[in-house]
Amino acid sequence: MKNEGVHISSYSSHGIVLTVLLALTTLSVMVTDWHLGAFSVSIALLIASIKVSTVITYFMHVKFESLFLKLLIAGVFVIYALVIIITFIDYFLR
Amino acid sequence: MLMSTLQQNHSEHIDSETGKLGMWIFLFTELFLFGGLFLVYAVFRAKYSEDFHTAADELNTFIGTLNTVFLLVSSMTVAMSVTAIQKNNRKLALFLVLVTLVLAGLFMMNKYFEWSHKFEYNLYPGSEVLKNLPRGELLFFGLYYMMTGLHALHVFIGMILLSINIVKIGKGTVNQQHYLMLENSGLYWHLVDLIWIFLFPLLYLIT
Amino acid sequence: MSNSETGSHVSYLEYKGKYKGILSWLLTTDHKKIGLLYLYSVVVFFFVAAILGVLMRIELIAPGETIMGPQTYNGMFTIHGIIMIFVIVIPALPAIFGNFFLPIMIGAKDVAFPKLNLFSYYLYLIGAIFGVLSQFIGGGAPDTGWTFYVPYSAESSTNVIYALVAAFILGFSSILTGLNFIVTMHRMRAPGMGWFRMPLFPWSLYATAWIQVLATPIVGITLLMVIAERVVGIGFFDPKLGGDPVLFQHLFWIYSHPAVYIMILPGMGIVTEIFPTFSQKPVFGYTAILFSSLAIAFVGYFVWGHHMFTAGISYGSRWFFSFLTFIVAIPSAIKVFNWISTMYGGSIDLKPPLLYAISFIFLFMIGGFTGLTLGAVAANVQVHDTSFVVAHFHYIIFGGMGFAFFAGIHYWYPKMFGRMYSNKLANIAWGINFAGFNLLYFPQFVIGLQGMPRRYFDYLPQFQTGHVLSTIGAFVLFTGLVLMVFNLVYHARRGAIAPSNPWHGVTLEWLIPSPPSHENFDVIPEIKTQPYLFGNKSDNKSN
Repeated sequence: MKNEGVHISSYSSHGIVLTVLLALTTLSVMVTDWHLGAFSVSIALLIASIKVSTVITYFMHVKFESLFLKLLIAGVFVIYALVIIITFIDYFLR
Repeated sequence: MLMSTLQQNHSEHIDSETGKLGMWIFLFTELFLFGGLFLVYAVFRAKYSEDFHTAADELNTFIGTLNTVFLLVSSMTVAMSVTAIQKNNRKLALFLVLVTLVLAGLFMMNKYFEWSHKFEYNLYPGSEVLKNLPRGELLFFGLYYMMTGLHALHVFIGMILLSINIVKIGKGTVNQQHYLMLENSGLYWHLVDLIWIFLFPLLYLIT
Repeated sequence: MSNSETGSHVSYLEYKGKYKGILSWLLTTDHKKIGLLYLYSVVVFFFVAAILGVLMRIELIAPGETIMGPQTYNGMFTIHGIIMIFVIVIPALPAIFGNFFLPIMIGAKDVAFPKLNLFSYYLYLIGAIFGVLSQFIGGGAPDTGWTFYVPYSAESSTNVIYALVAAFILGFSSILTGLNFIVTMHRMRAPGMGWFRMPLFPWSLYATAWIQVLATPIVGITLLMVIAERVVGIGFFDPKLGGDPVLFQHLFWIYSHPAVYIMILPGMGIVTEIFPTFSQKPVFGYTAILFSSLAIAFVGYFVWGHHMFTAGISYGSRWFFSFLTFIVAIPSAIKVFNWISTMYGGSIDLKPPLLYAISFIFLFMIGGFTGLTLGAVAANVQVHDTSFVVAHFHYIIFGGMGFAFFAGIHYWYPKMFGRMYSNKLANIAWGINFAGFNLLYFPQFVIGLQGMPRRYFDYLPQFQTGHVLSTIGAFVLFTGLVLMVFNLVYHARRGAIAPSNPWHGVTLEWLIPSPPSHENFDVIPEIKTQPYLFGNKSDNKSN
C-alpha cells in the first residue's frame, strides 16, 4: 500500500548518525571543563541544537519528508523561541 | 493529493501519511508542554546563575552522560527497527525494539538510583534541607525533579508503546504493509530522546 | 446527482450501526453525533453557569450582603468563570459546529481520527465533571477566580487542585480536537478542493486548531506547576522560596490570551458563512478574510502581557505588548469591513441567522473598541480590575462568540435536525436577548470607569444604579435565552420538515439531505470552482 516510493533509511546511515551524536555528547561534556564562563551556556545549547537537528533530520526521517513538514517543524521552534525572547523583554529590562 | 484513497478511511487502518501527520502534531504539543518548564528554567538560571552552578554539582555527571548514551543508542535501534520492518525482516525488527526497551529500562533504573540517592540526603521538594538552601539552589532542585520526573513519565509511556509494538510485530499485525504503529511509536521515542538532549546539558553540565 | 435526494436516504439519526439504543450515542464515532453530544452537554453546563451568573447579579443588586457572603461570592465567580471559559466558550464552536460541519463542508465522510474524536468528548465530560465536583468536596468551592493567580491559588484552603485538574483535562480534550481538525483539513478535502477553494468556516477552524495545539500545552504545564506549589512547595512562584508570582501570570496568559482567539475565530467563521447566504452574494474579500484569520492566530500569540500592565512588568514589555495589541486589532477590523461589504448590494433576507450575525458585528465591535481602551497602557491603569474589564470581555465573548453561536445554531439547525423552528419565536427571542444583553453589560462599562472593582461582592452606594440596571438586564437576557432554547428544542421533533437547502446556500452542506445520511455523501463531490458562487450576476464580481 505505501511502500512504493517510500525512502528506506539504511542501517549504516543510522549507525553513522549515532556516531556523530556520541561524538557531540563527548564534546559537550569536555567543554564544561574548559572554563568559558558566560559562553558555556551558549555552547552547550548550540551543541544540543545540533544534536536535536540531527535526530530530527535522520532518525525521525524528516530529511525525506515533505517541505511542508520541514517548514512546520522550523516554524514551531521559531514560535517557541519568540515566546522565550518576549518573556525576557520583561525579565531583562525590569 | 491522494483524495480518493483517503475517502475509504473507515477500515481499521488509518492512511499512514495521515497518521504520521497526527503524531507530529502531537509531538509539537509535547514540545510546548516541556517548553513551559524550560521557560521557567531560563528565567531562574538567568537570575540565580551562581546557585544553579553550585546545585548542579550535586548531580552525577557520569550517570547523566550514561543515560544520554542509553537514549541516543535507543533512538538508533528504534529507527533501525523501522528499516527492518520496511525490509520485511520481522525478527530483526522485533530484536531491535526489544533492545530499545531494554535501554529504556536501564535509563529508568539509573533515574531511580539517582533520585533515591538524593532522597537519602533529604534533597527533595518540600524537605527541610531544601528549604534551608539558598533560593537559587532550591529552585534548581525543584526544576530538576519536575523536569526529569515529567521526562521519566514519558519514558515510561514510551516503554508501554514499545511493548505493544513487540506484541504486534510478533503477531504480525505490524508488518511490512502496515507499520504506522511502529513508525509513530518511534517518533514518540525520538521526542523522549530530544527532550533529554536538552535536559542533559542544562541540568548536568553547568559550569 | 444523488446527493440531494431526500427520498431514499436514512438520516444519521436513524442509522443502525454496530450499536443500538443509548450505546449508539455513547460509543458513536460519527462526527455528527459527537457534535450533538457536545451540543447537549454545552447547553446544560451553560445554563448551570448562567444561573450562577444570575445569582451573582442578584447579590450585586444592592450593596452589602444580599443573598450570599463574600466567600460564597468568590466561589461563584470562580466556578462561573471556569465553566464558561473551559467548558463552554473554548470548546463549543469547534466541538459542536466544527465536528458536525467541517467534514461535510470539505466533502469528507468523517474526521481523520473518528475514535480520537470520541475520546476527546469523554475527556471533555470528565473534565467538566471534575470542575463540578470541586464545588462539593472537602475544602469547599475554589475561590481563586478562574485565573488561579498565585500566591493565593497556592495558599487557599479550598479545592483548587480539583479545578486545576479539571482545566488540565479539558485542555487535553481541546488539543486532541485541534489535532484532529488540522489533519482532517490537510488530508481529507474532496478532489478539486484546493486550499483556496475551501470555505471560510473551515479556514477559521484551521487557524483555531493551531492555537489549540500550540498554546494549550503551556497552560497545562503551568497548572501542574501550581499543583506542585500546593503539594510540595516547589517554589517557582513563591517569593519566599526565590520564585516569581509574575512568572505564573506570564505562563498563564501565554495560553489564555490565544485562548480568546480560539473562542472568537470560529464564531467569525460562522458569520462569514451566513453573510453570503443571506445576501445571495459571494463573500467580499475571501483572501483577505482567510489571511486575517491566520494573522489573528499568529499575532495573537504575542500580546499576552496586556493582561499584566499593572503587575510590575518592565516598561519595555508594556510598550511591546501594547503595540502588538493594537496591531492584532487590524485583521479583525478588516473582517468587519468585508462582512459589511458582503451584504452591500446583496439580496438581503433578514432571517434569524442574519439577525444574530448583524448584531454580532455590533456587539463584537463594542467589545473590540473597549479592548483597545484596555490595550492602551495609560488608560489600562484606570480600568484594570474594574467592571469595565468585565463588560469588555462579556461583549467580546458573549456578544461575539455567544451571538455567533446563536447565529450558527439558527443557521444550521434545519440541516442538523431536519426541521424548521418558528421564525417568529426566534425573532422575539432575539429582540429580548439583544435588549437584555446590552442592559446587563453596558452599565458595567460606566460604573467600571467610575471605579467599581471586579470580583467584589460589596460596593459603594454610588454604583448601585448601574448595578440595578445590570441585574434587570440579567433577568431579561435569561428570559430571552430560555425562549430561544425552547423554540429550538420544541421544534426539533415537531417543526416543519426542512428541505435540504432552506436558505439557498451554496456550500457543500446544503447539497445533501436534511438531516445528512450516515456518511454524508453518497458520492464524494468533485470541486470545480471557488466557493460562494450563487449563479447570479454577483458571481462575476467575486474574487
